[in-house]
Amino acid sequence: MSRLGNLGARLYRGEVGYDFVAKRMLWYGVSILITITAIVGLGVRGLNMGIEFKGGAVYTTPSTTVSASQAEKVAEEAAGHDAIVQELGTGGLRIQVSGLDTEAANSLKDEIAAGVDVPVKDITAELVGPSWGEQIANKAWTGLGVFMVLVVVYLAIAFEWRMAVAALIALIHDLTITVGVYALVGFEVTPGTVIGLLTILGYSLYDTVVVFDGLKESTKDITKQTRYTYSEIANRSLNGTLVRSINTTVVALLPVAGLLFIGGGFLGAGMLNDISLSLFVGLAAGAYSSIFIATPLVADLKERDPQMKALRKRVLAKRAATASSQEDGDPDGEPLGGVPQGATAGVVGPRGRRGRSTENRR
Amino acid sequence: MAAPKKGRGPSGGQGRPGRALVLILIAMAALTGGMFWSGHTAPRLGIDLAGGTTITLKAKAEPGKESAVNETNMETAIGIIERRVNGLGVQEAEVQKQGTENIIVNIPKGTDEEQARQQVGTTAQLYFRPVMQIAVSEPATPPASGSPSAAPSAGASPKPSAPAADGGEGEKATAPSPSATTQGRALTDGLREAPSPGPSGAPSAAPSPSLPAPALSPSTDPTADAGLQGRFAALNCADPKQRASIKGAKPTEPTVACGMNGGVWEKYLLGAADVDGKDVDDAAGVLDPERGIWKVQLEFNDKGAKKFTEITGRLASQSPPMNQFAIVLDGEVVSAPSVSNAIPGGRAEITGSFDQKSAQDLGNMLSYGALPLTFEEQSVTTVTAALGGEQLRAGLIAGAIGLALVVLYLVVYYRGLSLIAILSLGVSAVLTYTIMSLLGPAIGFALNLPAVCGAIVAIGITADSFIVYFERIRDEIREGRTLRPAVERGWPRARRTILVSDFVSFLAAAVLFVVTVGKVQGFAFTLGLTTLLDVVVVFFFTKPLMTILARGRFYGGQHPWSGLDPKRLGAQPPLRRTRRVSVPTEPKEA
Repeated sequence: MSRLGNLGARLYRGEVGYDFVAKRMLWYGVSILITITAIVGLGVRGLNMGIEFKGGAVYTTPSTTVSASQAEKVAEEAAGHDAIVQELGTGGLRIQVSGLDTEAANSLKDEIAAGVDVPVKDITAELVGPSWGEQIANKAWTGLGVFMVLVVVYLAIAFEWRMAVAALIALIHDLTITVGVYALVGFEVTPGTVIGLLTILGYSLYDTVVVFDGLKESTKDITKQTRYTYSEIANRSLNGTLVRSINTTVVALLPVAGLLFIGGGFLGAGMLNDISLSLFVGLAAGAYSSIFIATPLVADLKERDPQMKALRKRVLAKRAATASSQEDGDPDGEPLGGVPQGATAGVVGPRGRRGRSTENRR
Repeated sequence: MAAPKKGRGPSGGQGRPGRALVLILIAMAALTGGMFWSGHTAPRLGIDLAGGTTITLKAKAEPGKESAVNETNMETAIGIIERRVNGLGVQEAEVQKQGTENIIVNIPKGTDEEQARQQVGTTAQLYFRPVMQIAVSEPATPPASGSPSAAPSAGASPKPSAPAADGGEGEKATAPSPSATTQGRALTDGLREAPSPGPSGAPSAAPSPSLPAPALSPSTDPTADAGLQGRFAALNCADPKQRASIKGAKPTEPTVACGMNGGVWEKYLLGAADVDGKDVDDAAGVLDPERGIWKVQLEFNDKGAKKFTEITGRLASQSPPMNQFAIVLDGEVVSAPSVSNAIPGGRAEITGSFDQKSAQDLGNMLSYGALPLTFEEQSVTTVTAALGGEQLRAGLIAGAIGLALVVLYLVVYYRGLSLIAILSLGVSAVLTYTIMSLLGPAIGFALNLPAVCGAIVAIGITADSFIVYFERIRDEIREGRTLRPAVERGWPRARRTILVSDFVSFLAAAVLFVVTVGKVQGFAFTLGLTTLLDVVVVFFFTKPLMTILARGRFYGGQHPWSGLDPKRLGAQPPLRRTRRVSVPTEPKEA
């Protein structure tokens, strides 16, 4: 473990690090590629909408000796529609019949009960009218819209508008990827998926906010120094909080993985699986975007700010000066002189105000 | 929690950690005590975990009356559905509003689901319409070809099968023989004036702007409408699809309808609605003590009384079956009593061959049937208790495994610090569990499967807060501080991060809760609750505990296993203060 601890320390001090910000174009490219793939997948394959969105019925039977293919025949004959039958981990069957109204679906239950040889009262049935899913979807969209507006306003107040914009882009990015994965893999979209997707909203932002909070702190008095540009400090801050980001993501993913692989595996398809699958995909995308997309975007936006442009000029001028006079005795003994901006991995610097106060004291 | 007072005097800015800890322990004890005292020692389970049926209904306004789906009408509808469902003897059925236009009906396992669902499903509008024609619609009758003469009555009953497609011959000529239809009715054979004249007697009170049905005065001949006559002839009530297709007629227009009478479907040709079910004040099936028979008593409001006087006066003068009025619920005729004379005063009773059940059923329908809105079944979910139990078990196992994984990770990564995290998670779990249990009786909170998911996901969110704080402390140590200053200096920064990110989480949960419907709400509620509790736990438990333990030997001494060992953390030289000489102050070069 001490190696990990050391890595944390070195990341914290900036001895090691990855220059996320300088290589941002690479990651933007990767993200754009993934996003395009997702959109194309969505356009070409579309989403595999579940019964809840199309209308129809899902019956779950207790353990039965009737095989899935037999049950399928029974259900199709009774309903006059295609039926999808899955075997569950419990020995039961899950029978889906789409395109039924709730009234017809009820009588189908009796026929299926007879067909698979279990008492009617032991069959779990979910009958969904065709407009129900539409309503859920509409509400989800409304929720999404309201949440995004509120979050942008909040982040703009708590941080600043650039961070709010970057967080929003990262969020849309995560949602697109998650939906794209669903389209490409063909996972079924159910209300559980929608729940998971909407939860990603909060969670993806949670990660981003943790990173931004560190960023805000370390760039607090940025204009009072001339050693680093905004991008460099942003990158340093990102590396400094990297361990924290990784840990929070891992810890968030663990229970979801528990849900996905154990809870889901136990029951076959179902609500637990639906929620945890979209959460899992979304959380992973969220962690990625908060590190590779959100912070570089903030840096990009920030560098357009006149103040930051001026700072960059001063920093570069100072570097040029120190480079010509060679070795100016950097207080921390870090090899800063002559470094062309953005070229080193993990530019080193004191951390926020305290770091600088140390510097001043010397 | 006894913190040995070390030599170094009280350092400022630490607040009173002991007090906060005592506070949260008292809160936990109070919640646990309250839980046992109230007898609700477990969260109430939702239908999907306990078994039962959930019906989701969506309100639909009639065209042109879109504003009818409003809060008042929804509340009224909920009250009516609730009384209807619980009036069936269903125990603890709940009817709740979700969103602005949905009503969720939860019917627990062990009640007559089928009947309850029927009752809920038939919740609709109730009208009193004059009868124009009645005919038997035999199950054996093949679907009529549309030609009116194609539906000869197959039964022995002497019903003319609504011939006369031209419809110009007048209603009397085409009317079926009255005797067979009306006299044979199981439900009613007459309608009499109430023995006791109602206090709201005369139509004097409020010359109500009663909805006029002028276009359909008795003189109007609905059978003149050839289209309607054709529909009547073609109608086969034994076919559920046809029955469904004729529902939703406008009250202001004549229509066709079906009604079950003594196990036989009959079809009706009905005039425009004269009285609205909303005008029924009260109705009940009661036993007439004098005659020893069951009857249905009706009481109208002022508006209804006036209209009822009018309609009965009009009908009494007609010959059968035109002297009957049909009580139409959700497009289906539930009763069609005949009228022998005008009934003023707003009180009436229907007598006939009622038994207790049929009288009470009709009374129920009349008093609660007049919903201000129509509803459409959106989804019906029936979960067996066995499957619900299985889902719950799977959820709990998944949660336990998720928790174990998180704990394992924390132990491996944070060593001794993980103890604080695990204790905090425990406090969080106790608070969540007790509050959920108490919210059951308090606000009707029921733990459903998405809510279980929300609680599991919340483990991660809660643990995240500790990580944020621990990483801050470790950062401070890396900068060369000893533990106590590190704990205090790291806190304000960690606190801000935790608050900001928890706020975002809570915002997401709150928005989800407000805008969504159905299952999503349970998830959002749990997520919001646990996010709030996370803040409480971090502020009132984790931080004070950390402060106190920092004074102790194990953590304070930054034992190699405490997770705070400066050497392992790669603290920067020089360490400003060392509490123990034995702690190596040399930098450990990475």
